[in-house]
Amino acid sequence: MITNNPILQMFARSPFKPMQEHIAKAQACAVQLLPFFEAVIADDWEEAKKIQHTIAVLEGEADAMKKDVRQHLPNNIFLPVPRTDLLELLRMQDKIANRAKDICGIMLGREMPVPVEIQELMLDFVRSALATSEQALQSLNELDELVSTGFRGREVEVVERMLIELDDLEHINDGLEREIRSQLFVIEKQLHPIDAMFLYKVIRWIGDLADRAQQVGSRLQLLLAR
Amino acid sequence: MNIIAQYGDIIIILACVFGFFMAWGVGANDVANAMGTSVGSKALTLKQAILIAILFEFAGAYLAGGAVTATIRKGIIDPALLSGTPELLVFGMLSALLAAGIWLLIATHYGWPVSTTHSIVGAIVGFAAVGISVDAVNWAKVSKIVASWVVSPLTAGFFAFFLFRSVQKLILDTEDPFKNAKRYVPMYIFMVGFIISMVTFTKGLKHIGLDLSFTNSALISVGVGIITMLIGIIMLRKVKVDVAADRDYHFASVEKVFAVLMMFTACAMAFAHGSNDVANAVGPLAAIVGVVGSGGEVAQKTAMPVWILLLGGGGIVAGLVMYGHKVIATVGNNITELTPSRGFAATLAAATTVVVASGTGLPISTTHTLVGAVLGVGLARGLAALNLRVVGTIFVSWVITLPAGAGLAIMFFFMFKGMFV
Repeated sequence: MITNNPILQMFARSPFKPMQEHIAKAQACAVQLLPFFEAVIADDWEEAKKIQHTIAVLEGEADAMKKDVRQHLPNNIFLPVPRTDLLELLRMQDKIANRAKDICGIMLGREMPVPVEIQELMLDFVRSALATSEQALQSLNELDELVSTGFRGREVEVVERMLIELDDLEHINDGLEREIRSQLFVIEKQLHPIDAMFLYKVIRWIGDLADRAQQVGSRLQLLLAR
Repeated sequence: MNIIAQYGDIIIILACVFGFFMAWGVGANDVANAMGTSVGSKALTLKQAILIAILFEFAGAYLAGGAVTATIRKGIIDPALLSGTPELLVFGMLSALLAAGIWLLIATHYGWPVSTTHSIVGAIVGFAAVGISVDAVNWAKVSKIVASWVVSPLTAGFFAFFLFRSVQKLILDTEDPFKNAKRYVPMYIFMVGFIISMVTFTKGLKHIGLDLSFTNSALISVGVGIITMLIGIIMLRKVKVDVAADRDYHFASVEKVFAVLMMFTACAMAFAHGSNDVANAVGPLAAIVGVVGSGGEVAQKTAMPVWILLLGGGGIVAGLVMYGHKVIATVGNNITELTPSRGFAATLAAATTVVVASGTGLPISTTHTLVGAVLGVGLARGLAALNLRVVGTIFVSWVITLPAGAGLAIMFFFMFKGMFV
């Protein structure tokens, strides 16, 4: 009788809280990149390896959370927002953690040093990317309030303001990416060609991190725009 | 005629036992659906919910339950056709009670969601159509009842949708939701008192000797509304902004304002439920007692004895106290999504729909009406996640319950006929 009580049965598990927990996990995974780069710059590969392991574990946890949210969203669940948009947002959130894992994986695997000339800039660049993903996390934290107001009214304005800030942070990150690329270009002839190639790749991936954070924001905006 | 004179006492005792059993079932299961939402939203504690349920279920049954009881008693079957064979009506109603009660027991055991209303209507139609004759059933009335089973969840859904949209517009989506909640919630409380008393006064109080004109009813209802509102305003004074809780969840204090409102809608819901569902147990009993009491006269005009209502109310309270509180707790603990701002919209919409149906004499399912109301809030983007499979389950429960109730009633009907004749 309990399990088949229609009133009870009609309340499905809300995906919104787990979504927030998921992006918090993705961000927890991404912020490990800063100590990772510091260890790399200090040439402490032992420490870098430890941090890479932490990142991999956190990424795995985020993955499991993503699967759990999906599993609880069969298509007979009625949500205040389109289900497909929500799943798309989830996918984007997960990509933040994936990228963080990619970055430290390739750097550790190839034991890539960061040339002295761009070390400072590299740390700034990583910090800026993480600030962008932090802003995405902050915006997602408003999700439960958005559910409370039915994705309407004043709360929508609050979130829209946060998303504008997110865009700004991503632009700053873009600028830093251009700067670090041109600096690397100056010194690339002194580097081993393959190392240089992969450094460009890592730079692009760090830029990706911020990009994906912005994508999370635009998916969130899709939920608001109705 | 002889049979009734001969076995009158046994029949009455049997009818009382079956009727009590049926009312017990309503109290054990159905009340939980009406009250669980209020407990789930933390507007009421379990104890308060049970007290409100006892008080208002009873009031609803007594003050506004007359019309539905009349439908169950003499609306579905045409009593005129049975004036020559009153014992058939007695056996039929006995078997209907027993069939519905047993079917509920089976369904509860296996965990099937069935409605008491559907079981008893199915049972009465079944014994009348098969045991007596197809013409004995007032098909026009039956189709009206069945139509109301579809219309009532829809109506409640519409009403809940607009009620919740108004809450969003006036309170939740504004600059200062707490201030606006304090300003507008008393008006919603007024609405609760006004609607419920308006329907009750205009439709249901003739049987206790109060026959008021429409204007008088409206005036009294406004008075009742104002009194309820004043009580609400006094209760609202104690609600203060909780800064710490608000930091965690911006609407924590606002929900506390709505919790006061939801106490009132919970009373309305219990009242509505009592006015509609008690009849399922009491209606057949009243029919039997009427026939036996008048020595075999079928077309009675006598008012329903108060003790029958007391028996029905008592059965509900017994079911509630013995078993229903567990179900209320389970339902309540598992519906945390339904915060008071949502819960009030759903329960007020459902309660209004049910009370109107009670006034019109239509036996409907309170649970299904509430499901419709919750879906209405969901459509207003008020709820995080709703499982739409429930709608399918409800339709399946109709398809199964009606023939099952009918089949069992037919079986018992011929059994009683064989035993007594």
